[in-house]
Amino acid sequence: MTEPIISVRGLRKAFILHNQGGVVLRVLNGIDLDVAAGECLVLHGPSGAGKSTLLRTLYANYLPQAGEIRIRHDGGWVDMVTAPPHRVLDVRRRTLGWVSQFLRVVPRVAAIDVVAEPLRTLGVAPDAARDRAAGLLARLRIPERLWSLAPSTFSGGEQQRVNLAHSFVHPYPVLLLDEPTASLDAANRETVIGLIDEARARGAAVVGIFHDAEVRRRVGTRVLEMREPAGGEVAA
Amino acid sequence: MTAETNRPLLRAEGVSKFYGRHVGCRDVSFELHPGEVLGIVGESGSGKTTLLNCLSAQLEPTAGHVLYDTRADGLTDVYRMSEAARRLLMRSDWGLVRQNPRDGLRMGVSAGANVGERLMAVGARHYGNIRSEATDWLSRVEIDADRVDDPPATFSGGMQQRVQLARNLVTRPRLVFMDEPTGGLDVSVQARLLDLLRGLVNDLGLSAVVVTHDLAVTRLLAHRLMVMKGGAVVETGLTDQVLDDPQHPYSQLLVSSILQP
Ligand SMILES: Nc1ncnc2c1ncn2[C@@H]1O[C@H](COP(=O)(O)OP(=O)(O)OP(=O)(O)O)[C@@H](O)[C@H]1O
Ligand SMILES: [Mg+2]
Repeated sequence: MTEPIISVRGLRKAFILHNQGGVVLRVLNGIDLDVAAGECLVLHGPSGAGKSTLLRTLYANYLPQAGEIRIRHDGGWVDMVTAPPHRVLDVRRRTLGWVSQFLRVVPRVAAIDVVAEPLRTLGVAPDAARDRAAGLLARLRIPERLWSLAPSTFSGGEQQRVNLAHSFVHPYPVLLLDEPTASLDAANRETVIGLIDEARARGAAVVGIFHDAEVRRRVGTRVLEMREPAGGEVAA
Repeated sequence: MTAETNRPLLRAEGVSKFYGRHVGCRDVSFELHPGEVLGIVGESGSGKTTLLNCLSAQLEPTAGHVLYDTRADGLTDVYRMSEAARRLLMRSDWGLVRQNPRDGLRMGVSAGANVGERLMAVGARHYGNIRSEATDWLSRVEIDADRVDDPPATFSGGMQQRVQLARNLVTRPRLVFMDEPTGGLDVSVQARLLDLLRGLVNDLGLSAVVVTHDLAVTRLLAHRLMVMKGGAVVETGLTDQVLDDPQHPYSQLLVSSILQP
């Protein structure tokens, strides 16, 4: 395999619920994985197996107890677990794209500006950023009359597409996708498959969770099987 | 915001403030980099404002140091510099947005004069330039040109808070301290102010330390979060990490007791 863009070793993640009797949930118990340019690693397993937990930990949204998460950034490696916050934020800004299951935005900001924001934080001029945002909104079939409205009143599927546009507007070298095609109709699902294929073709490394077996088969290049972790325990 | 530097703009080293035997804040250390927004959250009385006052050179800590990357001399202890240097810093490089706009504005003089005053304090003398720059900044915070000559006493709370922002930003500070900037405002005004602040952070590369009890505000505005309890920092991390995967029992309680931060 060519040199990976993401390299994970010995990753452990447990949740300690202090206010619920100190229950400990050991969700990730020593994960190793490598993903190279052009690959799409599919996380697969039953509900509760820890797929989203793994994805969130890769994004440094969840804090692991042990292990390293190395991401290629600026021609070097950054360990997301130990890097200082401003470095992690820089990796997120320029290298690491993320599609979450829910859209979280500033109230009253227009959909087109929500989508343009990742480019604006990278210093792209307002007009150019909006042009690229418009292109993606059109491709994801968001009617033009909605572009200037705040997405908080959009339907679930429309919000998900704004969310996708927001995450594909910059050509991130790494993409983390948590059920990007959930709540989409067939045509939009095809569009998302196309966006993922294009990302891989330009050399992005993708890690994704896809409930739809057909999507999994079409975009995945490898599968990481995850099993449900053992039941919770109470800390001593 | 895209520029990455390894030099912090502000550094707190073991900052503690005791009021007699009572703890205001205890042993707080962190670094703030250019373009970063740090949120400070915690229950009322947990030491947030005490810490903010120590950081912004208004309240000398009992122990510890506050260092700022001055344009002339690099990292300098703000309580060791001369009174004149400190005052210049507070007038030019720093902004201070107070919880109550009444404490940060002169309510009886016009909005335009409130903003122009800050420019004059850093040496601007040309009346026409001062006035046009003040008007320009007031329009950036969405105060109409026809209200520039009215005193803030005649404005709503949200408008007063925006005048306070304009007054602080007109000197193009590098660092702004804010104490509950959206407190006491209704939700739609809050949203507008938040959007404005985010834009300014983005476009001007501003850094900020923001005290708030509103976790939803920190989610949208702050890159990093510090959770305080009883004067001490119990947890610190990226904002979304602290809100989605809080580690300390107190942070878990704080996050779980609100709806969808
Ligand atoms: N922030 C959190 N705090 C506490 N426990 C959590 C947190 N996030 C996830 N968990 C727990 O970790 C386990 C794995 O959850 P996760 O969401 O990763 O599963 P999943 O494989 O993505 O499931 P699904 O297919 O249903 O989305 C669950 O027991 C869940 O309750
Ligand atoms: Mg999941």
